[in-house]
Amino acid sequence: MVQYPGANSPPFKLSMLIYDRRYRSLTIQAVVFILVMLVAAWLINNTIENLARLGKTFSFEFLFRRAGYDIPQQLIPYTSDDTNLRAAIVGLLNTLQVTIFGCITATIVGVMVGVLRLSPNWLISRLMTVYVEVFRNIPLLLWILVVLAIFTEVMPQPNAYRGENPQAHMLLFDTIAPTNRYTAVPSILMSNDPGVIPLGREGLNWAVVWFAGGLVLAWIAHRFLKNWAQRVQDQTGRRPTTWWITALMFIAPPLLLSWYFGLHLDRPVLKGFNFTGGAKLDNAFVVLWIALTLYTGAFIAEIVRGGILSVSKGQSEAAFALGLRPGRTMSLVVLPQALRVIVPPLISQYLNLMKNSSLAIAVGFMDLRGTLGGTTLNQTGREMECMILMMGIYLLLSLIISGGMNVFNNRVKLKER
Amino acid sequence: MSETDAQTTLFVRDTMLPPQPAPDKVSGPLLWLRENMFSGPLNILLTLLGLSIVWLVVSTIGPWLMHSVWNANGMAECRQIIAERYGPDASGACFALIRERWNQFVFGFYPPALYWRPVMAFTLLFFALAPILFMDSRKARWTVLALASVLGFLCAQLLGADGQTLIVITVAIVLWILVIEYGRSKALLLSLAYPFIGMWLLWGGSLWVEIMILAGFALAFLAFRLTQPMLGLIALAVAAAVIGVWWYFLADPAANALEQVIPLGLGKVPSSQFGGFVLSITIGVAGIAMSLPLGILLALARRSDLPIIKMLAVIFIEFIRGVPLIALLFVASLLLNYFLPPKVEFDIILRVVIMVTLFASAYMAEVIRGGLAALPRGQYEAADALGLDYWKAQRLIVLPQALKISIPGIVSTFIGMFKDTTLVTFVGLYDPLKAMSDTVRATFAWKGAYWEPYIFVGSIFFILCFGMSRYSMYLERRLKRENR
Repeated sequence: MVQYPGANSPPFKLSMLIYDRRYRSLTIQAVVFILVMLVAAWLINNTIENLARLGKTFSFEFLFRRAGYDIPQQLIPYTSDDTNLRAAIVGLLNTLQVTIFGCITATIVGVMVGVLRLSPNWLISRLMTVYVEVFRNIPLLLWILVVLAIFTEVMPQPNAYRGENPQAHMLLFDTIAPTNRYTAVPSILMSNDPGVIPLGREGLNWAVVWFAGGLVLAWIAHRFLKNWAQRVQDQTGRRPTTWWITALMFIAPPLLLSWYFGLHLDRPVLKGFNFTGGAKLDNAFVVLWIALTLYTGAFIAEIVRGGILSVSKGQSEAAFALGLRPGRTMSLVVLPQALRVIVPPLISQYLNLMKNSSLAIAVGFMDLRGTLGGTTLNQTGREMECMILMMGIYLLLSLIISGGMNVFNNRVKLKER
Repeated sequence: MSETDAQTTLFVRDTMLPPQPAPDKVSGPLLWLRENMFSGPLNILLTLLGLSIVWLVVSTIGPWLMHSVWNANGMAECRQIIAERYGPDASGACFALIRERWNQFVFGFYPPALYWRPVMAFTLLFFALAPILFMDSRKARWTVLALASVLGFLCAQLLGADGQTLIVITVAIVLWILVIEYGRSKALLLSLAYPFIGMWLLWGGSLWVEIMILAGFALAFLAFRLTQPMLGLIALAVAAAVIGVWWYFLADPAANALEQVIPLGLGKVPSSQFGGFVLSITIGVAGIAMSLPLGILLALARRSDLPIIKMLAVIFIEFIRGVPLIALLFVASLLLNYFLPPKVEFDIILRVVIMVTLFASAYMAEVIRGGLAALPRGQYEAADALGLDYWKAQRLIVLPQALKISIPGIVSTFIGMFKDTTLVTFVGLYDPLKAMSDTVRATFAWKGAYWEPYIFVGSIFFILCFGMSRYSMYLERRLKRENR
């Protein structure tokens, strides 16, 4: 006689909700859900009562009222007569700007330091170790304050660049002039300006459209070329040399376009007491950018070092034994395996950089927290709405960055069967 | 034959030559230099680059450090001394600032007569940690305990604790050491009680309040044990009810009454007087202690089979990880009062600790989830095969291994959180880095002192964080059993 479990299962009793493993999970979930909902309801109820007691309403109407404050650095036109919403967008763009710039430079610094830390050169690898350990073990806020102090205390006044024997010299072939008030950098001018496409108050320059179009076309042509080379290789066993055509495709259109539009650098020049020409970067931005770069660079260096060390030497030796040249060994064997280890922690470093950019509060850079969560909040007294909106935007940015990087991660990830 | 041999052999060595040192080019420092610094054109270039970096740093900072002044009453006097000693153009560090004001960087506005209390709280922290961290190596445990007690005692003495206090401190230290050496389970109980002892030492007030809070736990445990045979799992609800009733209605009157009978009070120190490293370490240690268990629970919830619990954990973790800590701190300082019933006021340090804990626990959960995922499936199946229920399987089989795998991540989360405690300056607390430097700089005598406070505070942060990371590496090596 075989007894099948459940063949004559006992009738359902209420005590089975606690003692039977099949039903217990339902009970636990229901209890937890009800408890969480109760706590949430209690918090919301308190909030409504408190708001009512203070005579406040919950509305986002303040976003469309006049902001009434200035923002030193702005990527889209903004005056103090604009709305709080526009101020928040300016702040958001500033956050994005410092995040993107920071990610690019931190990656460059991190990859260089990570590779140099593995160099056989004793001195350089020790120096890089010192850099990494010092920057990783001291709070970012300290680095921001130190760079700020360097810019306010050590950097010369614009005036110091004056005269035959100036006290200060401009950097990088006389193009960049850091001063204690702003950093003068060259800007790009066109002698043959194609005009702008009007889009509301800001416009999109035709030149940008042309350059973007050129790059997209070059990329499409590159894909075609790669497919063609693959086909030829499949049929004949030889891969045609294409690197110079690719290089030409990517370099020629921008060069031609720059020549056509008459692109040139407008260098900052000292006139009177200030620099004219070029662009003036807000020092708050430069300070935050440098500090974020150095701090995040140290973390990325460790990630890169770990990634390179994770590919065993046998892999590259096997590739050489198969007759692959060093370049193709790197691109086909070592890099794909190292990237698999590097990319996931790199994503979280980029996210950290984005979140750390809110330390702009220490230097007074007007990022999203400085506008929406700072001046707007203080002027309108709408803590609840401002904080909810600000946290929502940060959350959305995080999700977008991690989503985008996850797509990349899935492409480099080990394809398991 | 031997004769012919003797004739044909021209030379037979009968003694060994004494060994000679290898030529200079293949050994010694020259070879080392050539191999490690000048092995090729690229390497030579890198060495030159490195030397120029070192030279740049040394030539900028070196003279400034060499000209430092340790005895002065203000920046002006410092500059005067430097000008006298090293010429009018020389610049130098004015570490006299640290000599004069170090206590503010370390203790904030804590009453100077009571400095021994934070020192003792910090010393006893190592006693509380010893049964957890240093139990498997007697040498390490004794070193840590001896160092902690001697340094703690000396600091308390130098910082002006009176004789009676010192005697009490000594007795407490000796008793605790005896408990650690002779009864590990009792030592663990003491470690569990440490947070309350630390709170009492830091904030003062009546010890009976803390004892009554602990009594709540004891009563709940008792209620659970008594009712469990009858009610089963419902006993948990009974225990929760007991603890709620005790804390809400009975704990305060009981503490007051007992305080009348046997006073066990220390002078109260309000949160507004906390600052400097006392504040940072208080927030950091409290956050670390609470975020680890919370993170473990969250990680288990996120890997749970129960969809609602998993969903709640995912929402919580992703929300916290998507938002900067500054935003959460602003929530703590601006919004928390909205969420609570009117007239319920939370201490600002407590609010910040709650937010820092929530923040760190989300990161901790992700680290531990990585450890849980890295554990081979066979371990889970073995636990099931042994017939262990969920919690026993987690406690006895899964978590010990998963936590071991995730030690590096856990410690780096701790380090990150400790560094992040500096951000509390933006909600008006006096962290050692920005708020304290600004406070010191605001006095006329020390106006313009930028680098000295940063160097001092930065070095302390470096020592603490670097120490933590080294300890985690030591722990990793110790726990790597399978490779022995």
